Amino acid sequence: MLSTVHHHRALLLHRRPRLILPPKTLRLLTPKCLFTSQALTHHPPPPTDATAAATSSSPPTSQILSIRHALLSRQLTAVEITESYLTRLRAAEPRVRSFLHVTEEENVFRAAEEVDRKIERNEEVGLLAGVLVGVKDNICTADMPSTAGSRVLEGYKPPFDATAVRKVRELGGILVGKTNLDEFGMGSTTEGSAFQVTANPWDESCVPGGSSGGSAAAVSARQCVVSLGSDTGGSVRQPASFCGVVGLKPTYGRVSRYGLVAYASSLDVIGCFGTSVADAGVLLHAISGHDTFDATSSKREVPDFTSLFTSSNNLKPRPLQGLRVGIIRETLEDGVDAAVISSIRAAASHLEDLGCSVTEVSLPSFSLGLPAYYVLASSESSSNLSRYDGVRYGQQVAADELTSLYGGSRARGFGAEVKRRILMGTYALSAGYYDAYYKRAQQVRTLVKKSFKAALDENDILISPAAPSAAYKIGEKKNDPLAMYAGDIMTVSIHLSVNVNLAGLPALVLPCGFAEGGRAGLPIGLQMIGPAFDEVWNKFSA
Amino acid sequence: MASLLYRVLQIRPFRICLSPLITKKTGVFYVTSKCLQTRSLAQEKPQSQAKVSTRNHDKGLDKIFQNYEAVIGIETHVQLSTLTKAFCGCAYNYGSQPNTNICPVCMGLPGALPVLNSKVIEFAVKLGLALNCKLSLNSKFDRKQYFYPDLPKGYQISQFDIPIATNGYIDLDLPVELGGGHRRFGITRVHMEEDAGKLLHSEGGTYSQVDLNRAGVPLLEIVSEPDMRNGIEAAEYGAELQRLVRYLGVSNGNMQEGSLRCDVNISVRPIGQSEFGTKVEIKNLNSFSSISRAIDYEIARQAELHSQGLGDQIVQETRLWEEGAQKTVTMRKKEGLSDYRYFPEPDLQEVILTEEYVASIHDSLPELPEMKRKRYEQLGLSMQDVIFLANDVNVADFFDATLAMGAEAKLAANWIMGDVAAYMKNEKVSISEIKLTPNELAQLIDSIKSGTISGKIGKEVPSSSLAALSRNHMTSSSLPTGIYHNILTITDPAEIEKIIDKVLAANPKQIEQYRGGKTKLQGFFAGQVMKESKGKANPGLLNKILLEKLNAKS
Ligand SMILES: [Zn+2]
Repeated sequence: MLSTVHHHRALLLHRRPRLILPPKTLRLLTPKCLFTSQALTHHPPPPTDATAAATSSSPPTSQILSIRHALLSRQLTAVEITESYLTRLRAAEPRVRSFLHVTEEENVFRAAEEVDRKIERNEEVGLLAGVLVGVKDNICTADMPSTAGSRVLEGYKPPFDATAVRKVRELGGILVGKTNLDEFGMGSTTEGSAFQVTANPWDESCVPGGSSGGSAAAVSARQCVVSLGSDTGGSVRQPASFCGVVGLKPTYGRVSRYGLVAYASSLDVIGCFGTSVADAGVLLHAISGHDTFDATSSKREVPDFTSLFTSSNNLKPRPLQGLRVGIIRETLEDGVDAAVISSIRAAASHLEDLGCSVTEVSLPSFSLGLPAYYVLASSESSSNLSRYDGVRYGQQVAADELTSLYGGSRARGFGAEVKRRILMGTYALSAGYYDAYYKRAQQVRTLVKKSFKAALDENDILISPAAPSAAYKIGEKKNDPLAMYAGDIMTVSIHLSVNVNLAGLPALVLPCGFAEGGRAGLPIGLQMIGPAFDEVWNKFSA
Repeated sequence: MASLLYRVLQIRPFRICLSPLITKKTGVFYVTSKCLQTRSLAQEKPQSQAKVSTRNHDKGLDKIFQNYEAVIGIETHVQLSTLTKAFCGCAYNYGSQPNTNICPVCMGLPGALPVLNSKVIEFAVKLGLALNCKLSLNSKFDRKQYFYPDLPKGYQISQFDIPIATNGYIDLDLPVELGGGHRRFGITRVHMEEDAGKLLHSEGGTYSQVDLNRAGVPLLEIVSEPDMRNGIEAAEYGAELQRLVRYLGVSNGNMQEGSLRCDVNISVRPIGQSEFGTKVEIKNLNSFSSISRAIDYEIARQAELHSQGLGDQIVQETRLWEEGAQKTVTMRKKEGLSDYRYFPEPDLQEVILTEEYVASIHDSLPELPEMKRKRYEQLGLSMQDVIFLANDVNVADFFDATLAMGAEAKLAANWIMGDVAAYMKNEKVSISEIKLTPNELAQLIDSIKSGTISGKIGKEVPSSSLAALSRNHMTSSSLPTGIYHNILTITDPAEIEKIIDKVLAANPKQIEQYRGGKTKLQGFFAGQVMKESKGKANPGLLNKILLEKLNAKS
């Protein structure tokens, strides 16, 4: 069985992916995630390789641990693994367009050779040795462009690595490229990127979600093993749902924001994508922890999750006995597709089968979250984006005097959505409006936190859809910006996510089913929300 | 608002160049260089001491002062002498090559985040306490937003509605020659913020460059109540603040380096009128004497307009003091209120002070200028002596050390204000740079007093001898034998130990207090030992042995 290499139809049409791991390596890598088994029953089984006979009942395993095993047992070299991923990356890229920048092959292979040399010499290698990692382009990397998807930063190469990137490299991870996003993370389709639109690997006519659409698509298309994204109001979770991968948004403060190009500082977190809960968890563990360069990063100890993945497949009949699951009522109401609701309900009953007690909970402050989110995020972004004035980097428009230089550079450098949010934020922070908007939004935030706290006192985890629908068509919501905006405000999509950001809570999104009907076959994601600093995947590793 | 500044003036090319860290992009843009120049600090003549020049009040001005009253408040920015900047690990050294003390944080690069240097809090609490302020145990940082090329993030990290210290006051004594008298001026608030970079203007004003060395250097902004009434009071307020920060060791208070910068707000109204006149701000004040002169000029200008019935020509504006012309000129008119769109800085935690922390800082405060002056006054010194000695913390320390060696206050003051000051002035050195020690001075004074050297010889010890004494420590050829003999110090540890034992034995109560935590008593013991040794004990050895004995639990 080789579920690690199951592929999407879109990609299979023209290239057969290479088998990267011999079946025997999988024995150790028992997945802890239980829900994906259900997902896979809906998955059109992708017979990618004659030997790969992936059974539909087996959940995806940890690719990171497979790679580690293959390397340490000398079954494969890092160069071989790299080759197979790069081949797939190149093949898929013209159609998926996940990457804004792909690392020079030379550099990728040099890093892979270094890993091989270390293994040859029996030296310690980090947990991410030989793992190809995609990095969202709003996360700074010292040797590559970091544009945040904006013209204003076109050609900008930071002189430093983000802390998360540094940690990935220190553990042997190999940066394969910078992934596409909506400009500065403002959007939910990647159509807001100044450079290109990424396609959903499940259906190239659909959006991958956003703003971390490139990172989600790259993992979904197996262009890299795992990837880093960022989540301010659902930007990891919604694309994970659309692309059928696992997305993990940690607790605010769990991962250093140093080197993450700021959108809304009090909401931004760096998150992880993987094809299994284990992979997202291992990557998150690698980048977690206090950072002296980020005053808002938490000093809480990071539990060692890696030990959780070493035990073998030892499924008890009811492994989640006693786990209290709250299903958020407000997220299953009007505006959510029937297929989504039924998938979530099905997941809930599956959880019951596994021993959980599932009850409905109500979050009374839920509908207040969205306006509060927009006020806070746009206010903070209007401030964070002040530094893009054309003076130090990016596009500069020559002018006869300073205000015209600022005005011209910003007018040309920023896209429409970014300008809208800067305008809204500037307005909300203006004298005379501050109390009515920013201050009030902060009060709402406190309410939202309290209401989550109460719900999580009663329940171990809360569940909801990750998005109100499966992926929609490229251009479907873009052509009329006003409608898209109104759409945003109306849809539960943002509701589902932003409340979690406001409360700073960790959440996990994993595939739980497929939409039927019009968009048949597109994945649907289940969101699980846990208490602060109790990252959700723990529950499924026990 | 900074951006308004450009509309009115003529256009000149202006170029921004930055460090090589930022690759490839050197933008060219244009800006009026005239107004930019005003933001940079003009040169100030070196002035090591805070001293306000006397100015002859002419009769006309006196008359105007009789009918009009000025209301003056001052905003002072004090650059803190922390080892590193407020939010990053860069050092700041005045005069470094442009853009050599910078990093992603103080350059405001995307993704960089500020992390507060805890020394900034410590220094703010120190100054807040020294200014008799109420401290906010919970304060926070806010972003103050405006665009300017020297502000790399597009906002300044500052404190808005909850400053760390509020509602204090400062006491000072006006110099005798300026009329004398005690004053108390209110302090509205003290808050923490970061400095901006600097614009360097090319010769000919064709372009300007940005130097970010200064960006992110910690500042305390001290806002006074509008309690000053004339230039002298305002200048003395500034001078006292300078003394305070130097006593506290939180800043070098150096005006010519821009470590201490004063902006003055001034309005003039006819005496008896209850509402305030139109407020005018004066900038570019690079010495205390220019503060004094600029204010007096501005009072005269406004009062004259009032007296001619042209009061409506006084408009809310920022004026510049022009040192050459000795007058203020319009820099920019206020076009409505600036909206800085303050909001809480989300990248930094709230600033939480515990009562214990504040108490520990309070206990560590040194004797402050006002306390020092009071104590000197009680020693029977004249106000002139008191103000001179307390003016410079190093002089005051020297004086106190000389007293500790047993010298009589009046005689020590005379020597320091006379020969020592004259020598320092001639040689252009500070008191910490001369080799004469308080011990030696005390000996000299004692020798003269006790008749070892006749008063006559003592008086005749010319400053040239002092110079020799300080430079060569002591050479038999340049000094009367008596002095030479007398200032030989005891360097035999055994002998010093004997004296220390004697002193300790005589003061069991103080030892108990010392060991109970009153460690300040060390000075008392040192003084006693010095006295017992007739000032001859080598101070280094004395303190070393004394500490050993005091800290040895018997
Ligand atoms: Zn720095």
